[in-house]
Parts: sequence; structure tokens; C-alpha cells
Amino acid sequence: MALSQNEIQRIAYLARIKIDDAMLPRLQQQLDSIFEMIDALSKINTAGVTPMAHAQPLALPLRKDSVAEPDRRDHYQQAAPAVSDGLYLVPKVIE
Amino acid sequence: MILPDLSRATVAELSAGLTARQFSSLELAEAYLARIAAAQPTLNAFVTVDPDGARAAAKAADTARAEGKSGALLGIPLAQKDLFMTEGLRTTCSSKMLANFVAPYDAHIVTALKQAGSVLLGKTAMDEFAMGSSTETSFFGVVRNPWQPDAVPGGSSGGSAAAVAAGLTPAATGSDTGGSIRQPASFCGITGIKPTYGICSRYGMVAFASSLDQAGPMARSAEDCALLLTAMAGHDGRDATSLPRPKEDYSRELATPPSAKPLEGVRIGLPDVFFGDGVDAPVVAAIEAALVELCALGATTVPVALPNLGYSVPTYYVLAPAEASSNLSRFDGVRYGHRAAQYNDLSDMYQKTRAEGFGDEVKRRILVGTYVLSHGYYDAYYLKAQKVRRLIADDFQAAFAQCDVILGPTVPTVAPLLGAQSQDPIKMYLNDIFTIGANLAGLPAMSVPCGFAPNGLPVGMQLQGPYFSEARLLNIAHRFQQATDWHKRTPKGMNHE
Amino acid sequence: MSKWEIVIGLETHAQLSTKSKMFSGASTAFGAAPNTQACAVDLALPGVLPVANVGAVERAIRFGLAVGATINTTSIFARKNYFYPDLPKGYQISQYEVPVVQGGSLTITTSAGQKTVRLTRAHLEEDAGKSLHEDFHGMTGIDLNRAGTPLLEIVTEPDMASAEEAVVYAKALHALVRWIGICDGNMQEGSFRCDANVSVRRSGEPLGTRCEIKNLNSFRFMEKAIEFEVHRQIELIEDGGKVVQETRLFDPDIGETRSMRSKEDAHDYRYFPDPDLPPLMIGDDWIARVQREMPELPAAMAARFIADYVLPAYDAEQLTASLAFARYFETATNIVGKANAKIVANWMLGELSAALNRHEIDIENAPISPQQLAALVTRVQDGTLSNKGGKEVFEALWQSGKDSKNDIDAVIAERSLQQISDEAALEKMVDDVLAQNPAIVAEVRAGKEKAFNSLVGQIMKASRGKANPSQVNVLLKKKL
Repeated sequence: MALSQNEIQRIAYLARIKIDDAMLPRLQQQLDSIFEMIDALSKINTAGVTPMAHAQPLALPLRKDSVAEPDRRDHYQQAAPAVSDGLYLVPKVIE
Repeated sequence: MILPDLSRATVAELSAGLTARQFSSLELAEAYLARIAAAQPTLNAFVTVDPDGARAAAKAADTARAEGKSGALLGIPLAQKDLFMTEGLRTTCSSKMLANFVAPYDAHIVTALKQAGSVLLGKTAMDEFAMGSSTETSFFGVVRNPWQPDAVPGGSSGGSAAAVAAGLTPAATGSDTGGSIRQPASFCGITGIKPTYGICSRYGMVAFASSLDQAGPMARSAEDCALLLTAMAGHDGRDATSLPRPKEDYSRELATPPSAKPLEGVRIGLPDVFFGDGVDAPVVAAIEAALVELCALGATTVPVALPNLGYSVPTYYVLAPAEASSNLSRFDGVRYGHRAAQYNDLSDMYQKTRAEGFGDEVKRRILVGTYVLSHGYYDAYYLKAQKVRRLIADDFQAAFAQCDVILGPTVPTVAPLLGAQSQDPIKMYLNDIFTIGANLAGLPAMSVPCGFAPNGLPVGMQLQGPYFSEARLLNIAHRFQQATDWHKRTPKGMNHE
Repeated sequence: MSKWEIVIGLETHAQLSTKSKMFSGASTAFGAAPNTQACAVDLALPGVLPVANVGAVERAIRFGLAVGATINTTSIFARKNYFYPDLPKGYQISQYEVPVVQGGSLTITTSAGQKTVRLTRAHLEEDAGKSLHEDFHGMTGIDLNRAGTPLLEIVTEPDMASAEEAVVYAKALHALVRWIGICDGNMQEGSFRCDANVSVRRSGEPLGTRCEIKNLNSFRFMEKAIEFEVHRQIELIEDGGKVVQETRLFDPDIGETRSMRSKEDAHDYRYFPDPDLPPLMIGDDWIARVQREMPELPAAMAARFIADYVLPAYDAEQLTASLAFARYFETATNIVGKANAKIVANWMLGELSAALNRHEIDIENAPISPQQLAALVTRVQDGTLSNKGGKEVFEALWQSGKDSKNDIDAVIAERSLQQISDEAALEKMVDDVLAQNPAIVAEVRAGKEKAFNSLVGQIMKASRGKANPSQVNVLLKKKL
């Protein structure tokens, strides 16, 4: 499975990671070798095997419906890059 | 004040010393802080040291002891891997993304260890976001192996392993997604255990691959690991994958009186995949010697098969990056963490923030994970890997029908030199082959020092057991450690007294 | 040229009326100061984990049972991955391959008669926060109070063939979710939001390309938006163009839909099962308990009203528009007796509904209790009040407010609204008027109908409107 540089840029955009074009050839080489390793999986017969999503066969535990969280806005917003009037600020979102 | 030799002191010994009032917790904390300060320029094991917090906690522990309180961890200094949230203290995951992030809350295991009276010395370095096997991907610089400063300490919990090996802390926490406790424990000659998935709450542990991540202790002995695990483990309603099981005392089997054949009846399974061509000769030699010792203690061996284990690395490198790509999406520069200084618009802010905030290995894995989940590839990669995961887990179940514990090397090699693998990620990935299986299956597994290579670097053996067999694994390791002294060896030059 | 057919499917996001969020213990109350109800989990701080809310799951079960759907005993929470500032984790926890509720249907009544709209599924998910686009130093402000609020996304098959049908379905669904108490239905606050998938085709042709219209936050907008979109698509095709599959936003100011290009770039949500959340298992005993606790549903209740109270179908349907309205009716009817059910219905569908509409309040907040209405009906029935007097008492009770708990007889006495039905007193009044108006009496006797009415008017005036008019009629006829 070889990834084209266009595909890498499409994936990088999905992941919102800027990749400089200069980095692409090396990255492409690394990803190719990773996928070459991963492609070993295609050889295994997994017909009828149930996918394993969790390490333990638990059922979802459910929480009581009650309010248990106090307002800690000021505490949490100390870590924020930009806030104003209690809002997190981001560059203008255009819909 | 009579302080023991901190380069080799165990938690159990220090606890006895505190109980006997040979020294105070504050004196102990000061001594470790001094050792950390002395070693930091060479080893770089810590990202953040918290002298004030440590002193305050130590004083509180001394006060509690004066008031009649006791406990195995009361007043014992510890270090936390820097992916556990520690309220008021920087928690970086060794990433530029969180380089200035002060945690606003405590992780479950941090709370548990604080409540047990332990004293937090600081936060240890790791591979960025726990992605790596050498701690070379830390934003805060490489960590060195105390046994040989030009060798890696392993990873991702390399800072914890190096700190314990160098006697900068008697014990530390680690997290293990594909071997991140066991592999550095092996490389640094210490003992570490990854418990059954769901034993330690993941609440407050920054997620790498949620279905594989488990916290666990790293220490100088199995006995110490048992003490820490007893405090760390337990059900937590804030983690939906935390197992609702009664509290366990993981030291309970250790107290039985010594005997000539303490491992009588223990069947050790030996999968040939662990003894194949790829394993370095000194590693094989050390494991074989350990087997002789274990059999002398009464254990027997039986060949078992793990036919699909060979596929564990590709399986892991689909599942872990997939989960990671999603888990790390929250680092977007909006609510906390790094935000790019210059950007044109929202999309540009995201892309630059994440390009700047993450290192190359993290970015690589996010890209792999994004790709295997993307439209048209999900079935071929992600779903396929989940099926192979089932096959691997089933292999272990079948093997444990024939044996009580599976033994082999933790890693096929001893610690490589710094930089030796960073050019070839695949080679580094393949070295995780022996440890990944336990994560995929969710089984408990530990690394126990069992010898040295001729170049002086430690070798670790891995014990893997059925679900919830932690107490038994720890007991087998403990009996081995009662009969051997590999875990008592200390690297040269680490005795700063 | 063959006729155009319209194909509409609706996706509705109903905010579930839990106290706390889908995966955290933060409050879901509306209107708090920004980010004061966004806890560590809602903010996606590093290391936090989701824990599911039993109340949300129970509401999903209740909905599934109410629409005759299958409740999946195992369903899976999945992550839907995309970047948006109001989505803190970079993914939304939703259900993808295996939802909690599968199938079911809702029967609606349109001008053309009854129709069954099939439901595809209903799944649990979490709401996003809000982006406030007012200018904050040239930036957008993010409020995450809403982030994590539980939603039930209810998806129909493409079974609706007109904007009217879509609106009737949406109203019926709106009434149902409120009826079974899973959603407050407040559309202004965004508790009930609809997206419409609209396509057109010529009769007999395969399904056309659909567009998804977002932001339909009132029934009126929904109707206008769908109608606009249908015309747009038909015109486009008739002009030789092609409909492009896209998301469109309804702009109520201009009454048009427009393309949302920002939502179009590189959709690839990379759904996968959330490793933080084991499968949701719902046991038969839980389903059985929810079934036992289920209130009687509107259709069943309307049928019972028709059978038990001999009400016309129209009345029964109107009275079951909401559970509160229906309960009001039954409370009042229980007091006045089944025989008077139709009179209660008349009062509720007439005077009461008009007053509620006029004052824009819900039945829950009506100043007149069902007990008071029952007393009012009783006093009209026993002749104490004329119909007109009854309306005056109604108005007086309404004005005195919800907490007045006014005794109806006191109101009648206070306002001297008691009807004069005493035979002797009425006879005296009639005699007096006859004596005073011999000319008119003569006209009546000469056969002039109008003159009779004039006499009635005189008597009513003499009694200040309190004489029982039917008795007056009888007496007058007797005397003349």
C-alpha cells in the first residue's frame, strides 16, 4: 500500500496537521514502510472472527442522572490561550 | 538520622525505617531531592521536580505518623510519569503541546497514592504522549540510561525507569500501551507490572490508545510493586472501563513463609516465538539461566503456542494509532495548551498549532491512525486488526489452559544506543513484539530483572498471566528475587553519597 | 410531462430532559453564564473520561416503546471525528452502526387523512457547544455549556411527500416527546431541532439527489424552507441543471436556503467504536419496567375519549394534543361526570384554548384549575349561571390569577351573576312588564313575532340580565 503525496496531504488535513511540502518525500517513505508492515494483516484468515473492541467483556456502567459538577470556569480557563467574558476565543468561524 | 543507601533502598525498607523513626519523611524527601538535582544534568529523568510540594507532603506525612497513622506508603517519596494529571503541577506528556499546562485536577491513581500518604517528588519524562520505546521523543530532551549514559532508558516510561534505577526515587508510576512499563523496566534493570486492563482507573491518565492503556508501578522489587499496585488499583466510577472488583491486597501471597520449593506446582509456559532467531544471544542466555533458577524453586515448564503473536505488531500499529488519532484531536489550541502565534484563519490555526505542538513521531502516528479509519480503509485495516486482536487474545486463553504463567524475554535486545533506532521507526516498532500481546489481550504482565549482557546492560524477563493473576505473578517474581540479586544491582556512579 | 414528486425525510434532534449531561455530571439547565456548566469532561481536558447517564438511556427506551420500535439489547457508542471549536474532544460521541432504537413508526393526520411515517432509527448522542459569532475582538466566542447535553436523534424514512406532511409529522413528534416526558420541546431554546432531507423526482423515476436543510427551528420555517427548496430543485432541473448533494442553511430573513460550503470540505468522520465506552446493554427487565410506567399514549387516549365520553373524533384529538391538556380534561370531567364531558370539552376547546392562545401560556400555567372549571360547568348546568354569566365568571377567575383558588360561588355572589330561576319572582317580573306595555302585548297578540322578543328584552333588562331566559320564554308564552 503506497500513499501518494496528495493522499498524505488529504489525511494531514483531516487530522489538521500542517505538513510542509519539503517534508513529504521523507514522510511518504516512512508511512510506506509502516503500511508495508501493517499489510501483513491481510494474509490472516479472519472469517467468522468477532472484532475485539475492548480488552474486557464489560457492559456499559451507567451513572445516576444528577448534577455533580460545580462551576469551575475560572479555574479551568487559567489554561486557556484566549478568553473574554467567560468565552473561549477562536478565529472567526464562517458558516 | 540514619538514611539507608538510597541507590538501592526499596519502598519496603524505607517504610520500615520510617516506622522505626530512623529518619523522617522530610529527611527522606530532601535526600531524594538532592539526588535528583545531582543526576538531572546527566540523566534528565524528570520534566518537573516539585521540591515545595514534596516537602509539604513529607511534613504532612510526618505529622500523620506522629498522630499514630501508619501505612506502607506513608511518607514514601514517589515520582509520577508526566501523563498523570497532578493538580497544580505541570503535566506535559513530554510534549510542546502541553509544555506549560498546569493540571487542574488529580488523576485517580494520583489521588490514591496521595491518600496512601506518599510524597510526590516530581514528574518523569516520557516519549511524547507515550508514543515511543526510547524516551527520545520527549520535547524536553533525551533521557539517559543510568547503566550506560549513551544507551536509551527505553520507553515510553523511560524517565520513571531511569529515576528508579538511579535511586532518584524508590518507585514511580508508568503507563503501558504496548510495553511502556515493561520495556524500560527491562532496559533499566528494575521491576514493573502492567496489570489486567481495567484494574487501575484511567481517569486522569492522558489517553494514548484507550483500549490498551493501563497504569502500573515501577520499582526496585516485586514486593514494592505489590505495595504500590495495592494502593493504585480499585474501581473508579469515572472510568467506564474500570472493573467493578473488590479491593485486592497484591502482597497477600508474598507473606507466606519461605520454603525450599516456593514455586512448587507453578507451570511455566514457553512459547517458541519468544526464543526465536530475532532474540539477542545474551538475552536468551539470561532467560535460560532464569528458567533454571525458577525450576530449582519448584516450577515446571511446558511448551505452549501463541501462533498469532507474530501479528501483534501490525495489529497494534493499526489499533493504537487509530485510537490515538482521535484521542489527540482535543489538542487544538482552543481551551488549553499550545496555540500557534501566527495564523490566517481557524483551519490554519488548527493546522499550525498541531504541526508545532506535536513532534514527528506523534504526527506520524496520528496520520497512520487517521488513514486506517478513513473512508474506504476502515474494514481492511481497523476492523481487520480488531479481528486479529481477538485471535491473539484467544491464543493466550488457550495457552493458559496449559500453564499458569508465560515466560520469555521482555524485549529481544538490551537497551540500544541513543539515536540508533530513531532513523528506522519500523525496527523500533518490531522490538515491541513480546510486550504488545498482553495489551491486545488485556492481560497482566511484568518485567523482572534476570541478568546482564556482557556490555553491562540489564536483561529483563517477562511474566504474563491470566486475567487478574497479578498477585500470583508478583509472588513468582518475589520468590525469584528472594533467590537472586539481579534486582539489587545498581548502576555505577549512582551512589551520590 | 409527468408530475413532480417530493420526497422528504426528517432528522430530529431532541434534547433529552435530563438534569445532567450525557457523559458528565454537569447541569443541562438552559441560560447559565457562558462555560459555567462546562465541567472537565465537557471541556475535554486531558485525561478525562465519559460516563453515560442512565436517565438519557431510559428516555431513549421510552421513546422506542412509544413508537413501537425495537430496543436493541446491545448498542454501541461510536466516535464521529471532526474539528470544530464547539466540539471540544474533536469527536462527537454518537451511535453509528448499532443504535439503541431501531424502526418504529408514527401515524399522522393530514388534510388528506391518516398516514404512517416509518422511523429508521433513534440514537443517543451528545450535543455540541455554541459558537457566538458576535464580534469578540474580531473573534468568535465559544460557550460549551450545551456541550454534552444528551440528544436523541430521530431519523425517518423518506416517507413524507409535502411540506405539510413534514410539518404535521414534526408537530406529532414534538407532541409525543413532550407527552412521554423525554424532551421539553422548547424550540426557541433549541431543545427540538429538525433537519430535512429534500429531493424531487418525476413520477416513476428513481430517487433524486437530496439536499439537507439545517436550522429549521420552527414549524413555520420548516414549511417555508421545504417549499423554497422544492421549488429551487424543480426549477434547477427544469432549466437543465443538476441538484448537488449538499447541506443547505435556511435563512428565515429572506426565506431562502443557501449552500453551507464550510460543511462540505472533506467529510470523512472516521467513525469507530468508542474505546472508552463498553457496549450499552439493556435488559428485558428494564424494557418491561419502562413499558409498565409508560403513560397512555395520545392515540390510545383519544380512542378512549371517543368511546368513554362519547366525544367527536375532532374533540378527542384536540384534547390529546398534550398530556397536560388531556389530564386537565379528565380531572374536570371526573368531577362533573361523564354525561357532561362534552360540555367540559366545549369549554376547553373554546374559552380556555382561546385564553391560553391570547395570553401565550401553557395549560400547566393556566390560572384556572380543572377543579374550578368543573365547578363552573356545574353552575351552568344547574342553572345558577347563564352561559354569558359563565363566561364572565371564567374571565373573573382568569384575571384573579393562578394562586387565587377562588371559590366559584363566591365569585358568582360577589358579582351578582346568579341567574333568577325562582318561578314566583320571574312571574312577578313578567306580570309587571306586561302591565307596563299594553301596546306591545296587543301587537304580540296580533301575531307580531318581533314584539314578543321586545317583551323578553324588557324582562331581561328589568332583571339586569339575570332572569333565566328559557324560563322567561315559557312564562311569557303561557301568559300571552
